[in-house]
Amino acid sequence: MHFNLRSAYAIYRREMARAFRTAFQSILSPVLTTSLYFVVFGSVIGARMEPVGGVPYGAFIIPGLLMLTLLGETTSNASFGIYMPRFTGTIYELLSAPVGVAETLTGFVGAAATKGLILAAIILGTATFFVDYQIAHPLLAALYIMLVASSFALFGFILGIWADSFEKLGIIPMLILTPLTFLGGTFYSIRDLPAPWDAVALANPIAFLVSGLRYSFYGVSDVPIAVSLGLTLGFLTVCVIIISVIFRTGWRLRE
Amino acid sequence: MSETILSIRGLTKTYRGGTRALDSVDLDIRKGEIFALLGPNGAGKTTLIGAVCGLVRPTGGTITAFGQDLAKDWRRARARIGLVPQELATDMFETVWRAVAYSQGLFGKPSDPARLEEILKSLSLWDKKDAQIRALSGGMKRRVLIAKALAHEPELLFLDEPTAGVDVELRKDMWEQIGALKQRGVTIILTTHYIEEAEEMADRVGIIQRGRIRMVDEKRAMMERLGTTEAVIDLAAPLDAIPEALAGFALELSGGGTRLTYRGGNGQGKGRAQVAELTQVLTRAGIGFTSLDIHDSSLEDIFVGLLGKHEEAA
Ligand SMILES: Nc1ncnc2c1ncn2[C@@H]1O[C@H](COP(=O)(O)OP(=O)(O)OP(=O)(O)O)[C@@H](O)[C@H]1O
Ligand SMILES: [Mg+2]
Repeated sequence: MHFNLRSAYAIYRREMARAFRTAFQSILSPVLTTSLYFVVFGSVIGARMEPVGGVPYGAFIIPGLLMLTLLGETTSNASFGIYMPRFTGTIYELLSAPVGVAETLTGFVGAAATKGLILAAIILGTATFFVDYQIAHPLLAALYIMLVASSFALFGFILGIWADSFEKLGIIPMLILTPLTFLGGTFYSIRDLPAPWDAVALANPIAFLVSGLRYSFYGVSDVPIAVSLGLTLGFLTVCVIIISVIFRTGWRLRE
Repeated sequence: MSETILSIRGLTKTYRGGTRALDSVDLDIRKGEIFALLGPNGAGKTTLIGAVCGLVRPTGGTITAFGQDLAKDWRRARARIGLVPQELATDMFETVWRAVAYSQGLFGKPSDPARLEEILKSLSLWDKKDAQIRALSGGMKRRVLIAKALAHEPELLFLDEPTAGVDVELRKDMWEQIGALKQRGVTIILTTHYIEEAEEMADRVGIIQRGRIRMVDEKRAMMERLGTTEAVIDLAAPLDAIPEALAGFALELSGGGTRLTYRGGNGQGKGRAQVAELTQVLTRAGIGFTSLDIHDSSLEDIFVGLLGKHEEAA
């Protein structure tokens, strides 16, 4: 089994360069969104809210907000990253290069994880202007952010291969990801939901992601951290398998 | 003669929807040659290239490159193959330099700025190296694609209509570049609609039509075999019939006896010599003529004639 490390690195560098080319948008938009959420939910509404699980409300919503932006940005970024070359035809180069699924994913996912960390740093930096908070397990948080970013980069990658129009490209993040994130306990603990909604909420996989990140921040969570980690890893594995099959069969890539 | 670098056997491609773009193609490419693939629109040229380069999944057949089965050993083979696609597909927002450097890395080569500089200079792109590709003209974009394909120093290079949309002067320039690549030992397979291009550069020519290879031959041999000289002679006074003295020449009388047409030779000067002899015979026989038009058939005539014949047969 061969692995072209240089090829993977070339893909990684290009993905990073693509992000820096639109750096203004990549930085400004999360800063702006996060600030708005903090102003509205953190300051205005948060002032009237009880602490959740011993965490002041303003601080409580940070992991959820981070997850909201991370999922959206990572998915759409990765899906564009593969859809655009298909759309413009530049994918010919990747297909004719001595790279397989391993190099391609290493490059794409590595870049997504890096970008996820940068994005998280921007959001957390912005948050310090609005609330005081402390991260209980910073290393776990960083790893978890990279894991989630990688998983959703893979998910976005699948979307970008599946989509045959710009409309389809935008529809999954908008119709599925954003609502599920909102309902996944971004702004509340799903434990506080009345029965049976607390159980229903657990059918939403994103609730586990938010809960996992919240654990790494404050040591409190709706579900055990091991469950969150396991679920994320499982999702990542499923995405890798799907992409391997796509590459093997050439579905939507090779005629 | 020389060793085979690429061997295609029974290659068939049927697209979804049922178009049979390649129909059991057999083709051998020799190391170090320039091979021109000619054929009308939709003949299957791009599909053939795509099958070798990994863009098209063949429906049947085998491809062997550098002695290895491409289906199994694609990774090593692809590192040695370069492709300039027919469509102008470039990352518009990237600079020329970054685009070419990316290709070098993607194909597994260590970063080599000196080599990239050399490539860009040879393609007159050096002063554009920091320009965004979208700001380049069409001909320049095509040269960027060529630079990208050369960045990993392929031994086998596919050029799918490399000179489409390139002006005459640049085209000559590009022919020189391609000649220089051949000098370096690169094997080149190109498709083109400009027959003069094949005539100018190719060692061998293959003609493809409706997914089938109609003919493959040395360019010279093809011209020799199928090449003819045609001479049209307008006579001063009409003739009733071709005179006895001219019986040895392949002549035709038309235009109410005022026009003699000679067709013969071998594309290698024999026809022209015969025409010279013919004019002397005419003069000696006292047959005056007012004009003489002579030309050798080109690859284009051969091509059109050949395809026409198959078209009739089909
Ligand atoms: N992606 C595709 N899906 C379906 N049919 C295709 C596809 N690509 C090409 N074809 C068909 O296959 C045939 C061969 O096309 P191909 O592009 O190989 O021709 P070509 O010789 O390169 O033509 P041209 O000189 O116009 O570039 C054509 O009939 C074309 O319509
Ligand atoms: Mg073509």
